Amino acid sequence: MASVNRHVLPGFSLALGYTVFYLSVLVLIPILALFLKAASLSFDEFVAAVWTQRARAAYLLTFGAAFAAAFINLFLGLLLAWVLSRYSFFGKKFIDSLIDLPLALPTAVAGLVFASLYVQKGWLGQYLVPLGIYGAYSRFAIVLVLVFVGLPFVVRTVQPVLEDLDPECEEAAASLGATRWQTFLDVILPSITPALITGFALAFARGIGEYGSVVFVSGNMPYKTEIAPILIVARLEEFAYGEATAIAVVLLVISFAMLVVINLLERWTMRHER
Amino acid sequence: MSISIKNVSKRFGDYVALDNVSLEVPDGALLGLLGPSGSGKTTLLRIIAGLELADSGSVLHEGEDISDYSARDRKVGFVFQHYALFRHMTVAENIGYALKVRKAPKAQIRERVDELLKLIRLEGLQARYPGQLSGGQRQRVALARALAAKPRLLLLDEPFGALDAKVRQELRQWLRRLHEEIHVTSIFVTHDQEEAFEVADRVAVMNQARIEQIGTPAEVYDHPATPFVYQFLGNVNLFHGRIHKGRLRLGEAEVRVAEHAAVHDSPAVAYVRPHEIKVRALPDGVPTIAAIVRHVNAAGPVVHVELERKDDGGRFAVELSKEESRELALEPSTQVFVELKNVRVFAEDYSI
Repeated sequence: MASVNRHVLPGFSLALGYTVFYLSVLVLIPILALFLKAASLSFDEFVAAVWTQRARAAYLLTFGAAFAAAFINLFLGLLLAWVLSRYSFFGKKFIDSLIDLPLALPTAVAGLVFASLYVQKGWLGQYLVPLGIYGAYSRFAIVLVLVFVGLPFVVRTVQPVLEDLDPECEEAAASLGATRWQTFLDVILPSITPALITGFALAFARGIGEYGSVVFVSGNMPYKTEIAPILIVARLEEFAYGEATAIAVVLLVISFAMLVVINLLERWTMRHER
Repeated sequence: MSISIKNVSKRFGDYVALDNVSLEVPDGALLGLLGPSGSGKTTLLRIIAGLELADSGSVLHEGEDISDYSARDRKVGFVFQHYALFRHMTVAENIGYALKVRKAPKAQIRERVDELLKLIRLEGLQARYPGQLSGGQRQRVALARALAAKPRLLLLDEPFGALDAKVRQELRQWLRRLHEEIHVTSIFVTHDQEEAFEVADRVAVMNQARIEQIGTPAEVYDHPATPFVYQFLGNVNLFHGRIHKGRLRLGEAEVRVAEHAAVHDSPAVAYVRPHEIKVRALPDGVPTIAAIVRHVNAAGPVVHVELERKDDGGRFAVELSKEESRELALEPSTQVFVELKNVRVFAEDYSI
């Protein structure tokens, strides 16, 4: 009677097999190829390719802008998720479906729209540029477009958690004498922190990888508004494939390390669930 | 602190949750709000706590009208059926929360938490998270949390409803003892009459948005004010008949009911509890109803017998001691005569 099946759903081995297969074909093998290509350079060539002043400026901008945009999305996304989960108002469904738009819209379109809005003669640019706010061809422009691209992630991770919160916990806090602000800080916020961190990590990762929209809004000036993915493309256009993959490897390693740290942080906030 | 509820009404849309309810709870009392689900008892509790606002009427603490106070300012401890503990806080943080939000010094919070941990007999578990406790332990933590800021009033909403039978039994006795110790005026909601009788010193029976009767458990059980209370508190048999000048005719038998002496020939229902019926082998010259034994269940401390009236075929239940049952040698199809020993008659217009 060794074949008694105790699982509700069949096929653990089958499911795991497919998982490993897809993961290999879609993720692991391309990454391996990336590393192999980068390994065609000697160590000195590698360092020379990835640690130029231009490359360092690009890394800093890539991670800095992605972080800033994700950070802004943390607050903006929480606000939107709060409004959508707590209140009912006219047009709520419409706003709810707008949230997903940045996921569906080709980001190049978003980049073009943002650029044309914020250039000196654009609808918004004509008022903002005289005030010294450059919403196109600047670092600020990159952050702006990354906020747009990363918006759905925080909203969509936090919203279901907010909807599932036990209203009795808030009532308990109120009857124990907590003000609304104390209730939010002590009861609601800790419950949604893991979801906030997940949303932040997703928005951050999306920002690091974003290319299509940034190309149109940044102006791609080396040392100033050139992000690392654009630098990679620049190297590719020079047929310097080894250098290009070397920069990609650095990007990959830093991203991975940051996501690991964020994951650890998330796990720490969930320590009471053990 | 005494509490009085005056003419409180509450509607949710078309649904009437409370219909002009008034209730007095003296200082130090432990009152049980008893009723079936949907009778409005939880709504009443939530209005007292300030978690819900009454449409009309007022709530008074020691004569002070607190109807417009928010939950935060009412100094009321509330215990929820599903505990509503803060999952990301330890037991000690949960219990001390009411003091923390009032910015009490840390040493004072720790002292009070230790005191309460001792009271709920969970010393040593202060560093645990609620997820690591059993249901009974969680409910005790919730109770300690509600008591931490020394509330004027303790409210418990079906506090043992989510627990299994044995733990529930233990916690009932424990709550009773706890109340004797700390003597805070308490109101708890339950749909379990046994629980209300065991824990409370006064019981208010609610039905369909109204309070039907208030009294000690013995008063309410022995002298139910309405047919609903009679039926809700334990098993009861209904005998339909006609009442005329203080005499109720039930088929061939006649029962004297002094309180309805003025009623002239009206349909009426007699309520008799199964243990208040005497079964005889022969009429013995007392007014009896002839019946046939239909089923005998002798498992348990008492014998449950199902009888069928010979005149109109109505079925009713009787509880006998084992001895009585043995003497009568009851078996299905035996004919017996029953004497109704404690009859409560409600005229028919008291429709249920």
